[in-house]
Amino acid sequence: MYAATTIGGGLGTGLLSFYLGIGVAALLRTMFGYDAWDRDFNATIGYIFGLVGWLMGVGMWGTWGREWFGLKIKDPHANSRKELGWQRYFMFNVDHKVIGIQYLATFLVVFMTAGLMAMIIRLELMGSGQDFISNKTYNTVLGMHGIMMVAVAVAAVVGGLGNYAVPLMIGADDMAFPRMNALSYWLVPPVAVTLLLSPFLGGLETGWTAYPPLSVLTDSAQTFWNVAIITFGLSSILGGLNFVVTVMFMRAPGMTWGRLPMFVWSMFVTAWLALLYTQGFAVALIMVTLDRIAGMGFFDAERGGDPLLYQHVFWFYSHPAVYIMILPGFGIALEVIGHFSRKPLFAYRYAVGAFLGILGLSGVVWAHHMFTAGIPNYLHGPFLVATELISIPTGLIFLSALGTIWMGKLWLRTPMLFALAVIFNFACGGVTGIFLADVPTDIHLQDTYFVVAHFHYTIVGGEIFGLFAGIYYWFPKMTGKMYNEKLAKLHFWWMFIGFNLTFFIMHWPGIEGMNRRIADYPESLQTANLIVSLSAFLLGSSFIVFIYNFINSWVRGPAAEANPWGARTLEWQTSSPPPVENFLTPPVIAGHPYDYGVPGAAPHVTFFPPAVGSPAGGGGGGQ
Amino acid sequence: MAVIAAHGHGVESHGASHMSPEKRLRVNRVGLWLFFFSESIIFGLLFTSRFFLLGTHQEHVDQFLGLVITIVLLASSVTAYTAETAMEKGNRKLAQWALLGTILLGVVFAVGVGFEWSVAEFGLKLSEEHHQEPQNVVFGTVFFTMTGLHAAHVVSGVGMLVLAFIMLSRGHFSKESHWGISSTIMYWHFVDVVWVFYYPALYLVAG
Repeated sequence: MYAATTIGGGLGTGLLSFYLGIGVAALLRTMFGYDAWDRDFNATIGYIFGLVGWLMGVGMWGTWGREWFGLKIKDPHANSRKELGWQRYFMFNVDHKVIGIQYLATFLVVFMTAGLMAMIIRLELMGSGQDFISNKTYNTVLGMHGIMMVAVAVAAVVGGLGNYAVPLMIGADDMAFPRMNALSYWLVPPVAVTLLLSPFLGGLETGWTAYPPLSVLTDSAQTFWNVAIITFGLSSILGGLNFVVTVMFMRAPGMTWGRLPMFVWSMFVTAWLALLYTQGFAVALIMVTLDRIAGMGFFDAERGGDPLLYQHVFWFYSHPAVYIMILPGFGIALEVIGHFSRKPLFAYRYAVGAFLGILGLSGVVWAHHMFTAGIPNYLHGPFLVATELISIPTGLIFLSALGTIWMGKLWLRTPMLFALAVIFNFACGGVTGIFLADVPTDIHLQDTYFVVAHFHYTIVGGEIFGLFAGIYYWFPKMTGKMYNEKLAKLHFWWMFIGFNLTFFIMHWPGIEGMNRRIADYPESLQTANLIVSLSAFLLGSSFIVFIYNFINSWVRGPAAEANPWGARTLEWQTSSPPPVENFLTPPVIAGHPYDYGVPGAAPHVTFFPPAVGSPAGGGGGGQ
Repeated sequence: MAVIAAHGHGVESHGASHMSPEKRLRVNRVGLWLFFFSESIIFGLLFTSRFFLLGTHQEHVDQFLGLVITIVLLASSVTAYTAETAMEKGNRKLAQWALLGTILLGVVFAVGVGFEWSVAEFGLKLSEEHHQEPQNVVFGTVFFTMTGLHAAHVVSGVGMLVLAFIMLSRGHFSKESHWGISSTIMYWHFVDVVWVFYYPALYLVAG
């Protein structure tokens, strides 16, 4: 009932406001002497109205909006009550644990949908020539696959696992701005709906990068796509802001910066990146939208504009965005490797320094995406050097991971397998990155399948494997149930082999010069593409095991202990799943989170006053 | 210390909504500053785009009008400051008048920008009869976008000031607790500071 009121209210007010916005736009256009109807212009204004209407209808008005007018608000925490059951997840809920699961579930659905699109792409590319779908459909499917996967990579770990785990790991009861946290999530459904509906207004022809002049000239679908992605950027910025303030101010007593778990550090740095750079994508798309709906000439060379401006502004975000994607992957990998190697994390301080180093360097490397775009030659050298400098902090993270594994007692459960795969895959992705950072090789490899293989190795191999490490690692905490270890290991090996076959072989047509984003290729590349396609189907089918295991274990799995991994960090020192207020008694931090097997090490957590019936502080430490 | 204090008072102090008022204020303030920081990057990217596309080229703009609206906006910062200090001293009457003054000056500024747009000698279309040059058109693009984005912030700021004014008149806010007014006024100052950069970039750079 509550869920129906929330979603129905949101959809109702959202749609009404959408039509109202279209009307207002038509009225304004008539007043200033234009034609009342311009699809792109009216729809943009309608979208803005509709978005506000949706947010208010979905519950923001009652718990937040009324406050701006001096009216009494409902208690925003009322929706967290446990007796609401599953309906909690379909309400404007401020509990970070609920929001984390909302994010995770939403983005797993998006991930699977975009994965199916990848299967369609590989089906078309299985043979040369046009086999199944038209070029325009191919472009649309490709663009949707791209942007949806980028959205998953940006938000699944940060929004899902980050929201769930970070407040628990620092001993907070919630994020610093709980209502803004809910707002960040509820901005996502309209984005997804708008994105998925936009192909009905024509094709998406620009891929996920939306380069002008094509993006200015193409169908109206592009306008919807633009406003949806700008909204998603807003959600990302607000989320980032929330994480920064949360980690700064919400830490439990004794949780010094030097005692923060690695995952929290990675989320803190990622949040800064999201807060600092997401505006680049938004501004770039705002300029495209203004070119489309208001007749501006930013990218129209005939009227004095410059399409290269888009690439600068766009990559100013979109390069740091790859660190928004990969740093959480590194964070989970180090976290899991630390706990499952049963020894202190090696070079903790260097790894933290590496995160900060990447934060610092990520803003000065964007033009390596533009070596062949016509930027002045004198820019090649500096951007080449700056890009390769990033391998130093990245190397420190590898150093920390390898040093921890070295002589450790590895406990090869599924999260650990995925974490080790992150290190393996990212090494491959990192090495191929050097070819793309070097100008001479990049000029040959730019815009080929070599690039596609490279970034799938880093993002899928690094972050998505990290995402699954995190899902398996925190699954008992989030659901209170234990997953099936055999099926999980089957999923891991299936996915790992499918992934490596697909993308390792994909380098080959890339070096041969096969262009990305094109539905056809010369017949000489037939064999390579056939193998890649078959491997891709192998990779795609591995997720059937995951989905079955995930749903079946959540519904029917055996109850999980509070601390099945014997880990020292805070989130495992409370029940699974945790109570609404996270900790029944306030935690006090006394030691380092990774001091496994260190003689005389203080437990990471104690409770004040000592909790009754909760597991002993310190987990498996100090034995 | 505040962290420990907040946790030291037992189970009742749980929940982010149950932070001590001092800490809540501090957290809000940092959040607001980070929001400004984030917004300044949007403004900064457009500012940079202006120079990327045009260098220091500038079309003819009405210097007198530009100067007047700049003075109006800067004056509104003074009245906004008066409102906040009056609130801190508990002088509600003065705070109301100062808020009202800020709102009026903000409206004058927005109307001024609208008037500026209507008399601008550059457009967005290349046309034979007006002898529009490409540089002229792209100046129109950056000028309308930058002033438009800024004016949108001014208008939303005026909206927030109006809400703050209405709530103050209805007896909300007190000497001790007036974050609603302080945050609105901080936002207003931020929008002013943006104009301090945009005004020279659009009106004064040409040698």
